[in-house]
Amino acid sequence: MSDLLGKLSWKAAIPADLITLGAAIGMVLIVVVIAAALLYFKKWKWLWKTWLTSLDPKKIGVMYLVVAFIMLLRGISDVVLIRAQQSVSVGASHGFMSPSMFQQVFSAHGTIMIFFVAMGFMFALFNLVIPLQIGSRDVAFPFMNSASFWLFVCGAVLINLSLVIGQFSGAGWLAYPPLSEIAYSPSVGVDYWIWGLQIAGIGSLLSGINFVVTILKMRAPGMTMMKMPMFTWSSLGALALVIFAFPILTVTVTLLYLDRTFGMHFFTAGGGGNMMMYVNLIWAWGHPEVYILILPAFGVFSEIVPTFASKRLFGYFSMVLAIWAIVFLSFTVWLHHFFTMGAGADVNAFFGIMTMIIAIPTGVKIFNWLFTMYRGRIRFNTPMFWFLGFVACFTVGGMAGVLLAIPPADFQLHNSLFLVAHFHTMIVSGVLFGMFAGVTYWFPKVFGFRLNERLGRYAFWFWITGFLTAFIPLYILGLMGATRRMDHYSASLGWQGLFIVAAIGVALVCIGIGFQILQLVYSIWKRDEYRDTTGDPWDARTLEWSTTSPAPFYNFAVIPEVTSRDPFWEAKKAGTAHDKPAAYHDIWLPKNSGMGIYISGFAFLVGFGAIWHILWMAVIGFLGVIVCIIIRTQDDDSEYVVTAAEVEKIEKEARKRFA
Amino acid sequence: MKGRYKVALVLLVAAFGIGVLATLVHGHTIAVLQPKGPVARQELNLMILAVSLMLIVVLPVFALTIGIAWRYRATNTKAAYTPDWDRKRSLEILWWAIPGAIISVLAVVTWVSSHALDPYKPLSSTTPQMTIQVVAMDWKWLFIYPNSDIATVNFVEFPRNTPVDFNITSDAPMNSFWLPQLGGQIYAMPGMSTQLHLLAYGDGSYNGMSANISGVGFSGMTFVAKSVSNADFTSWVNSVQMKNHPLNASGYAQLAVPSSYNARAYYSSVESGLYDGIIMKYMVPGAADPDVNMSVMPSMSGSSMAGMK
Repeated sequence: MSDLLGKLSWKAAIPADLITLGAAIGMVLIVVVIAAALLYFKKWKWLWKTWLTSLDPKKIGVMYLVVAFIMLLRGISDVVLIRAQQSVSVGASHGFMSPSMFQQVFSAHGTIMIFFVAMGFMFALFNLVIPLQIGSRDVAFPFMNSASFWLFVCGAVLINLSLVIGQFSGAGWLAYPPLSEIAYSPSVGVDYWIWGLQIAGIGSLLSGINFVVTILKMRAPGMTMMKMPMFTWSSLGALALVIFAFPILTVTVTLLYLDRTFGMHFFTAGGGGNMMMYVNLIWAWGHPEVYILILPAFGVFSEIVPTFASKRLFGYFSMVLAIWAIVFLSFTVWLHHFFTMGAGADVNAFFGIMTMIIAIPTGVKIFNWLFTMYRGRIRFNTPMFWFLGFVACFTVGGMAGVLLAIPPADFQLHNSLFLVAHFHTMIVSGVLFGMFAGVTYWFPKVFGFRLNERLGRYAFWFWITGFLTAFIPLYILGLMGATRRMDHYSASLGWQGLFIVAAIGVALVCIGIGFQILQLVYSIWKRDEYRDTTGDPWDARTLEWSTTSPAPFYNFAVIPEVTSRDPFWEAKKAGTAHDKPAAYHDIWLPKNSGMGIYISGFAFLVGFGAIWHILWMAVIGFLGVIVCIIIRTQDDDSEYVVTAAEVEKIEKEARKRFA
Repeated sequence: MKGRYKVALVLLVAAFGIGVLATLVHGHTIAVLQPKGPVARQELNLMILAVSLMLIVVLPVFALTIGIAWRYRATNTKAAYTPDWDRKRSLEILWWAIPGAIISVLAVVTWVSSHALDPYKPLSSTTPQMTIQVVAMDWKWLFIYPNSDIATVNFVEFPRNTPVDFNITSDAPMNSFWLPQLGGQIYAMPGMSTQLHLLAYGDGSYNGMSANISGVGFSGMTFVAKSVSNADFTSWVNSVQMKNHPLNASGYAQLAVPSSYNARAYYSSVESGLYDGIIMKYMVPGAADPDVNMSVMPSMSGSSMAGMK
């Protein structure tokens, strides 16, 4: 029996301490309650048919949003624990968490926030916006899109399952060996990390391929590359990076798994392994990853600023150039994450200079946004608040970044809380604010009604105040010599007050999140009042606003012809925006498919089996994935038709509102 | 609330925040900003220079953001509105060029300073440099003085104004050896030896730590560095040599047992070739598994090791 279950046993599985046990029980209870509620209200079938098996990118996008938001709540709970521990664990007190648990919490925080929150929001927006924005009915490979999403979910489930069965990695979000090797981390924690990332990462890679093909091949007639909306351009840059960077992650974590499981020596301390190779490889993925996250956020701002300034985007060509400069440069800077590893001055200086050069295209983008607002008519809706907050914080974070790019300065700042403050400034005020702005902006297109403005502004003010309160002390603490990932420090250092201020900042951010939830609930309650009947609530410029809100399942009744940038703005000016098309045609769309879920389920077996060394389970999972793919490729009846008459009927109903 | 009051409120909150932070920091060491040696001093000067250069772009960006957002608000119908104005080559060239110029200056600064402050480069000084070997262990720092044949744990002392050449390795996962008031950090890695040259101007005690996570005892991996006069250093070395507490094979095996928040310890003599042996045990065939070797004394064929240096 014990052989059949590999390393899995009651003793290995049950959480060792009360906090983890409580969190695990809580999480299981939530899942059980939701499942029971669905059963009780007989909503399982509805959920399965209209959401889970849907291949409609808009629905997949909404599901990404839901998962990313739930993961945000998990990630922020980790922060609460981290800062609470650091506020009290000083001098004689060692806080309420064991070092082992503390390390699992911050490792989970980093992993979840990057892979499942930032990436989740990003893929949500790709799904919700790109097909609409380029005048397409769908993505290039609708089924692969669903499979990607479910692999992403599988990764998220594995990471969270580590809370209930076994434990998570305590080796930080990038699991540097030799600490992450079996000699120093013998538990299954690192394996959860490896397989959560591996499976979600393959999903991301597939998504990357899917959306690159979508953007390159499925644009509306007339939309040349240089007429593409800037969000699409930015996303294309990010997606190109996904395609080139994620295979490196896949290989690197595979090698780490081979080390841990089969006694190989790629990165071990002895036996000819080289830990420095891992550090190089993981950052050869990791640095592009940073730009994978930030480029779509830049894209969001490039849509929001022209819309709310009612003015064309300034310096379109410069913007495109800047994106591709960033894409290229992002592969030439990875070594700046380890100037302190002892490479020579020539190597360090080269990578330092390459890093600083990225500040140039980034600066250009900021100037172009500012000059888009210049001589505009700026309306300050919530998305613009997020934008201005972004400019203020991101510029300061960028300064800290250039500082860190100078190797001798980095020797003093590396691995300190100054570094932590820097990259949180970039990722919170850059990526997260960008995603919040984007979600607020495109919400009416997806759901058909706007979000409440006042509550959105409250959320913004709590977020930004909380963010500053949480991270300014960290910059100072870093300069005082506080390193990251400490679960305890000496009282004589005088750090406690600053840690408490940082914790207050976290509390303010939590209030901000509370307002976001309240905003969502209130807006749903008042949805009739906030209904967007025009399809174009912000007086916007790009194609997605030319269709009705919420966008019909076929996106466009007739694929639009594009003759300029900002095609919808130009059409509104010419008075042709809502002209009735000459004729409707049959529309072919993909049928629902549950196969993505099955693939994800079998991938889960692969992951779980590999984590706990349960060979038969991993083999079944692997064969299951292959069989599912074969079955799917044999399915020739994967589309259905919406007849011209049906389209006309739906459109007639919708167009009444424009009159 | 009127706009004016909102601005006042924001300024008030900001002033309050700065006041709180200043009170909290007051009286405590801001290690990076209070250097006690030439390396940390130069690293700080470099940061000040870089920040000043960047402010040339950043301050106008802030001013422009506030100015433009205020002037071109939709309610201000007096402001100019040119909805189709979307390019001006001279302006675009300008903001490729200005950050470009500043980054060019910073690039030169980076190149020069990276070489000048290369941690492997010996410091120029009239006093001959002194070598101290550093071993990161689970979870404490072992300092070996090859010339005096003594060793210490979590405490290191050296004469002021004397360049110290730290040779650093690890008999544990990767760590980072950091002494912020004297300057810089460098990774400590098993099977490898890295270098850091530091110097302290005057007498003093400085906090040092591991900056890279290395396992559950990592937070307890702190040490104190002390710089004293030559005479004090010599008498301190003598006092340690008198202790009759040698670091031999069994002593090292004991020390290698994972422990954290260790008290300072002093060893009156050190088995020869210990540092090189610790590095080499990861390099020899069959020593693949650090798990097995952790409890075993590194093979100390002292003469052959010395020959390899």
